[in-house]
Amino acid sequence: MSSPARYSRSIDWVTVGLYALMVLLGWLNVYAASYSPEAPATSLLNFEFNYGKQLVWIGTTVVLIVVLLVIDYKAYDTFAFVLYGVMIVLLILTRFIARPIAGSLSWLELGPVRLQPAEFAKFITALAVSRYMAGINLRNQNWRDQLVLAGLTLLPPLLIVWANETGQALVFGAFLLAYFREGMSPLILLVLAAAAIILILALLVPKLWLVAVFTLILLLVFAFNTRVLRHHLPVALSVWAVVIGMVFGVDYFFNSVLHDYQRKRIEVLINPSADPLGVGWNVTQSKIAIGSGGFAGKGFLQGTQTKFDFVPEQSTDFIFCTVGEEWGWLGTMTVIVLFVALLGRIVYVAERQKSVFGRTYGYCVASIIFFHFSINIGMTIGLAPVVGIPLPFFSYGGSSLWSFTTLLFILLAIDAYRKQDLERY
Amino acid sequence: MQYLEGRKFVVMAIFLAVAVVFATRLFYIQVLDGSYKLAADRNTLQRIVQTPYRGLIYDRAGKLLVQNTPVYDLMVVPREVKTLDTARFCQLLQLPVEDLRAGLLAAKTYSRVKASPLVPNLSTPELAAIQDNLMDFPGFSIKARMARSYQDTVMAHALGYVGPVTPAHLEKPKYAKYLAGDNLGISGLESFYEQQLMGQRGVQYRMVNVRGIEKGAFRGGEFDTLSRAGQDLHLSIDRELQRLAEKLMAGKRGSVVALDPKTGEILAFVSAPTYNPNKLTGKGLGNRYMELLRNPERPLFDRPLMATYPPGSVFKLVNEAIALQAGVVTPTTGFQCNWKLVRCTHRHEPPNNVNIAIKQSCNPYFYQVMRAMVMRGRSTRKTEDAALGLADWRQQVVNFGLAQHLGVDLPGERMGLIPSPNFYNKQYGKNHWNFRTVYSLSIGQGEIGITGLQMANILAIIANRGWYYTPHFVRSVGKQGPLPQFRVQHRLPIEPRHFEALVPGMQEVIDGRGGTANLASLADVGISVAGKTGTVQNYHGEDHATFAGFAPAQDPKIVVAVFIENAGFGGLSAAPLASLLMEKYLRGNVAPWRKRWESWLPGPADRFLSRRH
Repeated sequence: MSSPARYSRSIDWVTVGLYALMVLLGWLNVYAASYSPEAPATSLLNFEFNYGKQLVWIGTTVVLIVVLLVIDYKAYDTFAFVLYGVMIVLLILTRFIARPIAGSLSWLELGPVRLQPAEFAKFITALAVSRYMAGINLRNQNWRDQLVLAGLTLLPPLLIVWANETGQALVFGAFLLAYFREGMSPLILLVLAAAAIILILALLVPKLWLVAVFTLILLLVFAFNTRVLRHHLPVALSVWAVVIGMVFGVDYFFNSVLHDYQRKRIEVLINPSADPLGVGWNVTQSKIAIGSGGFAGKGFLQGTQTKFDFVPEQSTDFIFCTVGEEWGWLGTMTVIVLFVALLGRIVYVAERQKSVFGRTYGYCVASIIFFHFSINIGMTIGLAPVVGIPLPFFSYGGSSLWSFTTLLFILLAIDAYRKQDLERY
Repeated sequence: MQYLEGRKFVVMAIFLAVAVVFATRLFYIQVLDGSYKLAADRNTLQRIVQTPYRGLIYDRAGKLLVQNTPVYDLMVVPREVKTLDTARFCQLLQLPVEDLRAGLLAAKTYSRVKASPLVPNLSTPELAAIQDNLMDFPGFSIKARMARSYQDTVMAHALGYVGPVTPAHLEKPKYAKYLAGDNLGISGLESFYEQQLMGQRGVQYRMVNVRGIEKGAFRGGEFDTLSRAGQDLHLSIDRELQRLAEKLMAGKRGSVVALDPKTGEILAFVSAPTYNPNKLTGKGLGNRYMELLRNPERPLFDRPLMATYPPGSVFKLVNEAIALQAGVVTPTTGFQCNWKLVRCTHRHEPPNNVNIAIKQSCNPYFYQVMRAMVMRGRSTRKTEDAALGLADWRQQVVNFGLAQHLGVDLPGERMGLIPSPNFYNKQYGKNHWNFRTVYSLSIGQGEIGITGLQMANILAIIANRGWYYTPHFVRSVGKQGPLPQFRVQHRLPIEPRHFEALVPGMQEVIDGRGGTANLASLADVGISVAGKTGTVQNYHGEDHATFAGFAPAQDPKIVVAVFIENAGFGGLSAAPLASLLMEKYLRGNVAPWRKRWESWLPGPADRFLSRRH
């Protein structure tokens, strides 16, 4: 092991700086969201309020970071599968011993502290799939490798769905971006995007219109590319049939597969006045809070919508509302720019890894943070369905802060040792 | 393998695309779209309106006519209601238990934390019963609110009434300042002077949280205002006169308007049949209003203001004044009572001058006066000549405040009708009518309509010899005097001497031998009355009786215009009724020997019907 000074020089301080800035801004907004004008803070360490507790969580992450950086980087590689196994057991165990909290069976209670193993499943799964990726080549189209990879990726989210935490499970979809970087066929991304677009269109546009349009497209393809007609007729027809099937299947999916509350969340996205006092309320109030911030915001601690409880979950999932209301467009842009900068930096760090393990892990980190960023902010401004996932580094909550910190700093630990990797190989 | 590195740009492009979408959307909802800011204020800002004390209404003598009395509502805050002893509660209030359940449910639906009225307008026994036991019923409270109460039973129409603002009102921008449950003046003076009476509401802005619980003043009370009590109205109504007029009009349909010609102040204003103004206040207002609305006698119809009738013979005075001013006749002009086109009501001495014509109300005389006024020979074609003349005539007539809103301080005034040449052009076609078509206007019949108030105003103009102030009820708003429009003197383009020429004839109507209104004479108490009777032809039933006059003839202090539906000849009912009012106003009482009139005049209109036509 090299000297601490050399080690410290090899840490990517840009990422650390961005991280620290985001955590600090996050805490300020948690403070504003839980600040009450009638009972001004006597001490920042007031544990009756979220900002006091969050300060403790932030303090503990410093310890966590030191531990993560001190652990031999090879341990992450070596113990990835072991951790994965432990995590799977823990997820199953949690499902049975957890007390239901708002219908979710995913919280473990250890004395005064509540932990959500699903949060930690993210970085552990990321380590495991990266480790597995290092031993295979996605370009080789080896179906066995691909099946194992799919299994590794899908097992944790399935367990999480089982515990009624659908939102956290969806995050695992983000791994596709990392696999894409490692050689997965872009067709999969395109097909998924197309499927999503068709599903959304099926909800918005009359079905017969869609059938007409897709049939027209098929006929146009035949007309301009006779080769398709002659050689790929069965393929073209089955694609067309699947698309039409999706158009009509959407109702079945909507009404029979989705839970009531899930269906409402999507309905509200299309029509915010549906369910105005339920899910629609959350989205409407969230938009009102952000929209009322204007260009420069109402000022620190001056937000009324968040302070007077119009916005639900204001210090956790809807923390972005406080940013929007008190800091205005300048504030929300700052957050977005910070996230883009962080994501860019992570991609940059990932690309400079010499090992497939390190690079894949880096992309997993970026993808997970990106997924949280887009879904969380998207839901507060009515562009994504309301899915209960936090905004990384900003939302109140120990589990999420710890898990994102771990996610990020394992990457930094791996990165700090990449020179040794060079020496080793 | 190398080319896969290019995919980092695809990944970054996806990241950037989402960021750009967010930035755009945020720019739209935060900077461009202002509706979210309004919605935020709607969420958190609660306006607490302090309803000011509504202004009082006094009569001419400075005595209170309309005041505010507290009424009490039983309020409930559903969240605070605990272990309610329904049986005892219902027994105290004599309230069916179903009503209580329904009321509580409605309150809960409105809000669990805000007070809503459970039993509005508690009666005194109800109030006494519940007030002492309120301690036992947490969540319930008594809220005092002001309602109008009337000291007297008179002049319901002019006063109007006050009622709760309706949802239909609230939708109009004019009523933006009102809140559901507020009171406002709905008709009469209460409505016309709403702005002055209601005073200025105090508004305090409070911030509330999502549960409606107060979180302090908005911006330290920067936008808060204090309430200011409404201004009092001082009416020109003489209560004694009003009371007598209402008594005399009992059992009849019609109107009485008395005014002071020198100021335009209205002294009495009767629409018969009338109703007790106390009916339209307090508990059960809605039901009683519907009752009045359905009454076939239409007591809510404000006749002096809204009913337009042909004025009948009274209008001869207007025609004469116009003809004198035009120079087509003189006071000494005589015409034959020739019964040619129009018959006269009775045989009488030859109308050799205007005095006799007025005294006898000679129809042929005034037919010829108007023909002289209209047919001036300005065109060789009679139809054209009639149209030109009628246009001239109308221009003069409207100066009397006819065919227009006089501008009295009551809402809902009707304009009436004075026909123009176009009116007949539309009916008959241009150049297809002549003077013979319109001749009935000469005696105030036919296509002409004026209100009782306009009739009184015509007499005020004659009394003043050519000018008037717009009739009005309110002598003073607070201490500021009448509204500015009532301080403007309107002068007619007719010389005073032409009005002066009418007066001797009008006096003879009452005091001359064989005048049409001898019954109205006050000569025995030394008052000379000038006036004119009218009998308005009515094709739907008995003729209507009118009388309009003023006294004393040389220094008029009061004008009275009476209109009684289906009472036949005006001299028999309307004229003595008017003279009683003049005597009462000028002398303070009615001479003992006329008391029998006082007891005979009230009663149904048909008792005045004499069969002489």
